[in-house]
Amino acid sequence: MSDTTLAWRQYRLERKMFWRNPTAAFFSFVLPLIFLFLFGAVFSGNQSSLDVLVPGIAGLSVMATTFNALATQMTFLREQGVLKRVRGTPLPGTSYLSGIIGSAATNAVIQILIIIVAGKFFFGLGWPKDWIELAIFTVLGVACFASMGVAFSHVIPNFEAAPAYTNLVFLPMIFISGVFFDVDNVPTFLRDIANALPLVHVINGISAALVTGAPITDHLSDLAVVAVWTIACIILAVRGFSWSARD
Amino acid sequence: MSSAQTAITVVDLHKSYDDYEAVGGVSFEVAEGEIFGLLGPNGAGKTTTVEILEGYRISSSGSVSVLGFNPAERPRELRERVGIVLQSSGMYRHVRVREAVAHWAGLYPHPRDVDEVLGIVGLDDAVQATALVRTLSGGQQRRLDLALALIGDPDLIFLDEPTTGFDPAARRAAWATIKRLRDLGKTVLLTTHYLEEAQELCDRVAIIKNGRILAEGPPSTLSEASARYRVSWRDATGALISEEVDDPTELLHRLTSEAIARGESLADCSVIRPSLEDVYLELTADEVSEALQ
Repeated sequence: MSDTTLAWRQYRLERKMFWRNPTAAFFSFVLPLIFLFLFGAVFSGNQSSLDVLVPGIAGLSVMATTFNALATQMTFLREQGVLKRVRGTPLPGTSYLSGIIGSAATNAVIQILIIIVAGKFFFGLGWPKDWIELAIFTVLGVACFASMGVAFSHVIPNFEAAPAYTNLVFLPMIFISGVFFDVDNVPTFLRDIANALPLVHVINGISAALVTGAPITDHLSDLAVVAVWTIACIILAVRGFSWSARD
Repeated sequence: MSSAQTAITVVDLHKSYDDYEAVGGVSFEVAEGEIFGLLGPNGAGKTTTVEILEGYRISSSGSVSVLGFNPAERPRELRERVGIVLQSSGMYRHVRVREAVAHWAGLYPHPRDVDEVLGIVGLDDAVQATALVRTLSGGQQRRLDLALALIGDPDLIFLDEPTTGFDPAARRAAWATIKRLRDLGKTVLLTTHYLEEAQELCDRVAIIKNGRILAEGPPSTLSEASARYRVSWRDATGALISEEVDDPTELLHRLTSEAIARGESLADCSVIRPSLEDVYLELTADEVSEALQ
């Protein structure tokens, strides 16, 4: 069987297992939507706040479904010895990881679609202004945060510690990156930190595609920052990759 | 053994971690179709040796060949022909038994039939086959481990302590399954610290301790070669004497003659051929005395 077929089979198994695990499905999937509707209710009637919130939640969703989910999942698979078991089979590592990351990417895409529909029907946003721009920033965001998740899993000492470690990165990043409010209201030094991180740029791009309709040529610097992070995270994920837990 | 094809060759294998030498010069060969056992106490270097053969660890020096390949290079063709049961390895929690085995089947070019393999390991009733992996008992998970190792129809199977933690009934069942592997023509390398297991299953055994092989051979000849006859009797004063000799003929002749001359019976006389267990205990003796201290 070709490596691509093997990756596809792994992907389908991952999807099946994902829906059988309600806790994982909840945390990487339902939670962002709860945020959307809670804050949506708080900001209801204030269109400029909703214009910030919806792309912000979209960015949060991309990060939660990839970074949080993969950092936790890889820690689990490594600690439990599943990776070691897979390593002993003929399945190529690239096919295996493609299946896992593909599954996380699917969650991100489903989430974005739900948010678009919610934005249209509940938060007065209309349909996305630029689908291609949306697709580009979503794909790049997924690549960036997925590889960051795999890379970050090497830092997490054990599965019990995984939620604490991922939230240590996730929560500060979403708060300073303008998920819930406009970054312009944030103190300068925090804004500088946020601008050095990828999430704010993913949100800028999604915001342009969903809300303002600004062409992608206006957001090349956002694209560049995310691309640099993506390359760095891929290198870290591959370099540090380990198939078994530390002894 | 020279007539049969060799499945595994290990020559002067060393593996060191910083200042600790886990394997210190191990050599052995495993013929095709043979069940070979690495027997030794915990920490003897069994798992390190096996994991080098499986391609999980890189040796410090020495050479190993598995089915003609160098396992350190982890060639895909080798992985297609080898089944591995690790000492402990987890599995996805949210997959069903049959689903997992069927998925694994897809990883190999010429897999066995899924239901046949579930039958071999004894997970073939409808309830077990559709159970989620996370609901399996320890023994059932171990059977799933074996099913996943067998599904690719490997020529060579590694079993690292396949029955550790089993109750006696489960161990008997696992032994029956492993014996079926021999009937299927598979080569098996297993590690164990249970002597009965090595005696029951293995064509040949190497006793390993502190990273070195202390004795090697078929379980029966191993006890012949490395230990002697123990003759015990009561002398004229009634004290129990025992003496170890290579050949008991002469000693027995002398004892019986003396007893007849005294007109007494030779009380409590016994001649014992040491079992593999005695050999094992003798060879790994300091381990036991250390443990007792």
